[in-house]
Amino acid sequence: MTAADAQQIIDLTYLVAAVLFVLSLKWLSSPVSAPHGVLAGEIGAALAVGATLFNPELVQYKWIVVALIIGAGIGIPLGMVHMTAVPQRTALSHAFGALSASMIGIAEYYVRAPHVTKFGMVEIALEVIIGSLTFTGSVIAAGKLQEILPQRPITYRCQNIVSLSVLGAALVLALVLVIHPEYMVLFPVMVGVALLFGVLLVTPIGGADMPTVISLLNSYAGLSAALLGFVLNSKVLVVAGALDGSSGFILSVIMSKAMNRSFTNVMFGAFGQLQVSAKAAAEEKVVRSASAEEAASILSGATKVVIVPGYGMAVAQAQHKVRELYDALTKRGVDVKFGIHPVAGRMPGHMNVLLAEADIPYDRLFDMDDINSELPLTDVALVIGANDVTNPAARNEPGSPIYGMPIIDVDKARTVMVIKRGMSPGFAGIDNPLYYLDKTLMLFGDAKAFVGDIVRELSGTHH
Amino acid sequence: MPSDFISNLLVFILAGFVGFEVIKRVSPLLHTPLMSLTNALDAIVVVAAIIIAGRHETTLSTVLGIIAVAASFSNMVGGFLITDRMLRMFKSGKTKKS
Repeated sequence: MTAADAQQIIDLTYLVAAVLFVLSLKWLSSPVSAPHGVLAGEIGAALAVGATLFNPELVQYKWIVVALIIGAGIGIPLGMVHMTAVPQRTALSHAFGALSASMIGIAEYYVRAPHVTKFGMVEIALEVIIGSLTFTGSVIAAGKLQEILPQRPITYRCQNIVSLSVLGAALVLALVLVIHPEYMVLFPVMVGVALLFGVLLVTPIGGADMPTVISLLNSYAGLSAALLGFVLNSKVLVVAGALDGSSGFILSVIMSKAMNRSFTNVMFGAFGQLQVSAKAAAEEKVVRSASAEEAASILSGATKVVIVPGYGMAVAQAQHKVRELYDALTKRGVDVKFGIHPVAGRMPGHMNVLLAEADIPYDRLFDMDDINSELPLTDVALVIGANDVTNPAARNEPGSPIYGMPIIDVDKARTVMVIKRGMSPGFAGIDNPLYYLDKTLMLFGDAKAFVGDIVRELSGTHH
Repeated sequence: MPSDFISNLLVFILAGFVGFEVIKRVSPLLHTPLMSLTNALDAIVVVAAIIIAGRHETTLSTVLGIIAVAASFSNMVGGFLITDRMLRMFKSGKTKKS
């Protein structure tokens, strides 16, 4: 078999892999077919990696094997993390993906330089800039999610101007390199500036905006892989990168819509955290609170209950207690559903995974639009650790900073119960009129403990 | 403009459209597994990393290639592993009772 034959067989294998990747995502459309999707992806990836090892250009294998072992050694523990840690794991994997793409682009540059064609230089420069900024941006995002770095937005004057100037500098350096490929010393400077831009891009963003950021970084990581495919003329990379990029792009659009941010806002990373409205609650408003016993008796008298969980539920590790509550109520014939806001949790779909982990059947989990049509017919809406996504001000107070954000209309249920530690406002610092409605009962306490108390009351009165 | 660029661009645009149509249909229920799965698929850059590391052109390119192999292969292994774990957790009410 000649080298050209071998290359053809490898290319054919890559083609099969690309088709399997598309099927993999297609099968993810429902939880029933999704496991086939993972299998298709695994087979595609294994075929592609296996075929590559037969590439006749390879002259030494020792370090490849060592690197594969190290990769597996890092990847396996990262695949075994707890579900609450999935957002930071995901951010870290965006960082690894972007790191890998940048390293290859940089290596390719130094192999070719200074004899890089102008067009090749454009491709390499763009690829390396996007890869580098995604790498540092994702590391910062992972640090914030892991709470190594402060979750609150870090802002300073003129930050958008500074950030955009840094990005501009990276692009100017790239342009100089295209025109004068012999100025090789500028290449590492360009990489450094792009790395800095990644830091500047994500540092100002607060923890609650993470679902959008992580989706955007997902999109950038895909784009850098696709651009690498252009640099190396590898179609399988172009396909995988385009799939990943469009996935991240779609998710960013969904997340930004769910937070009522414009799309330009997302693209430029200027997620400017919601402005805290300074209007202090002048008049003392009255809230009604209830005990676990009262809550249990109302819940057991209901026929239809909707539970709206937020990230506070995950922080309190209350999801398993919530499952017990679900079981106890279902056993009494109460129809219990869960209403999930798109930005509940720290990444897209995070809340669904947390509830699925607690063994709550997925056909009880409903997205915002589906559950909103049912809320007017609901006896009790139980809000656990969610705040802004239930704030009716988003619907009916044009002056509110969150006005226009789609919310779960819990205030349309007959009775609303809110489990909350105290009266502190949510991340946006906005008061929630929901708490002062006549139909609302505040259940003050830790989510896990309070739900546990309700469950105990329910099983106590059962006999 | 090299002809490779045009054909790559064609593949990119078509794959982007396919991705858009396919991913639009993914249930919001599975958005987290979607992200970890696309991450694992994106880790296919490992094939380029293997070639850079194994061609052994310069010491620098080999070292960078090795780092790239380790980083992307960790994504591939970890991404498939966690997606599989997550999907196993999604049970419907019917299958659970049986």
